[in-house]
Amino acid sequence: MVNSGDTAWVLISSALVLLMTPGLAFFYGGMVRKKNMLSVLMQCLIIMCALSVQWVLFGYSLSFFPGKGFWGGLGWFGLNGVGLEPYADYAATIPHQAFMIFQAMFAIITPALIIGAFAERMKFSAFLVFTLLWATFVYDPLCHWVWGIGGWLRNMGALDFAGGTVVHINAGIAALVTALVIGKRKNLDHNPPAPHNLPFIILGTGLLWFGWFGFNAGSALAANGLAVNAFVVTNTAAAAAGLSWALIEWMRNGKPTLFGAVSGAVAGLVAITPAAGYVNAGSAIIIGLLVSVFCFIAVTVIKPKLGYDDSLDAFGVHCVGGIWGAIATGIFASKAINPAGADGLLFGNPKQLLIQLIAVGVTVVYTFVVTAFIYKLVDMFIGVRVSEKEELMGLDLTQHHERAYTVLE
Amino acid sequence: MKLVVAIIQPYKLEEVKEELYKQEVNLITVSEVLGHGRQKGVTEIYRGAKETGNLLRKIRLEIAVNDNFVEPTIKAIVKGAKTGETGDGKIFVLDLAECIRIRTEERGGKAIG
Repeated sequence: MVNSGDTAWVLISSALVLLMTPGLAFFYGGMVRKKNMLSVLMQCLIIMCALSVQWVLFGYSLSFFPGKGFWGGLGWFGLNGVGLEPYADYAATIPHQAFMIFQAMFAIITPALIIGAFAERMKFSAFLVFTLLWATFVYDPLCHWVWGIGGWLRNMGALDFAGGTVVHINAGIAALVTALVIGKRKNLDHNPPAPHNLPFIILGTGLLWFGWFGFNAGSALAANGLAVNAFVVTNTAAAAAGLSWALIEWMRNGKPTLFGAVSGAVAGLVAITPAAGYVNAGSAIIIGLLVSVFCFIAVTVIKPKLGYDDSLDAFGVHCVGGIWGAIATGIFASKAINPAGADGLLFGNPKQLLIQLIAVGVTVVYTFVVTAFIYKLVDMFIGVRVSEKEELMGLDLTQHHERAYTVLE
Repeated sequence: MKLVVAIIQPYKLEEVKEELYKQEVNLITVSEVLGHGRQKGVTEIYRGAKETGNLLRKIRLEIAVNDNFVEPTIKAIVKGAKTGETGDGKIFVLDLAECIRIRTEERGGKAIG
């Protein structure tokens, strides 16, 4: 039976999650140098276009068609059989297509997160090919394993409410791999590039935070108490994490920074994502306060020490925050919040933590290996990196024949 | 005392700076300017409409030096900015009448370095 309230909420949530991708574009765009601003916006925009089509053609079917294999299957190719009646195994009270379009927005933003790793030096053609291959061979199978009927991680009992593993750890590991393969940007040692527009980063953060309510509370797939719980803990964790990052900077560097506070807020949103439907607000505060500690260490201590150039910290925030979120779910989850979930370590079920760790481990290994293979393959046939001169001139002019800002007129 | 003014390609700034540091020329003023010489402007395309002949983005360096630093400065700029293609830029050398360090009110050669 289609419920009008549930359907309305899931449709609105889908629109909210879609808005996260342009939000991410401004979040990332503000961080790059101005000569590369449009390239980041364009990469995000074209993902919205390309993945929307991929998803209705075969992405949704590969991810969600019931099956025990590597992918779900091609039974729903071109949305054949995905109608306006509910498909009860996924969501009993909304039309099947509402579930499909909600999931489409996740499939769009996940590859967009990876952009942060290779920003300012990747060839646009190679980027487009890589993105489509990655969505099909990394995102779709993993999505099936965790969320699809018959998926083996789902059957094992791994808890991932809104996409900590499928979205954030997955994209974060892919980010690390691509940053390692493509190599560092030129002239980094003499001239660490400052973000060209901090206000854009704040604008992007605002849109992400706003859209994340759809991402997490929408994952309840109904307008009910569980959605409200997810909404409340999402806001709480983001707030605690933004506060925490600013305080860490204040103690360590003498001044809190705006860039730090927004980095914390986004890390908090990442960490609460898998836990949103299983934990209460108190746990959300702890999850938020701690995620900034882990991500701060990853970004400011580990990254410079290991020397990889993850330009905009897609790995440092999304993977590290995502792993903490998955573990925290295994610690703080409670059946009192969600009877369909499980109890975590704190509520007497240490086995859940182990299951969470297995799901994290599988994601890390699978994504690392397959992403490396795809990225190398694209590099061999197209070349992932622009020429040195193109990199120095900027990707806006060399990849798109446009520039973001004029000097006179 | 001379004032060396150079117009270079923006993407060559880092290399020029590095070459200047090697010659121990540490004091430079950099600004972003627009202009073009023999090289026509770049082509940009907006919704299919080509815009050609737009003024090009260039970098202007201003470096005040004592006479014995003039040649090393020129060499450094050439070494860092030269590609052999049109649009590499120009260097102008001007006589400099006076130089005053505001902090100490020193004048002339010792105020420059």
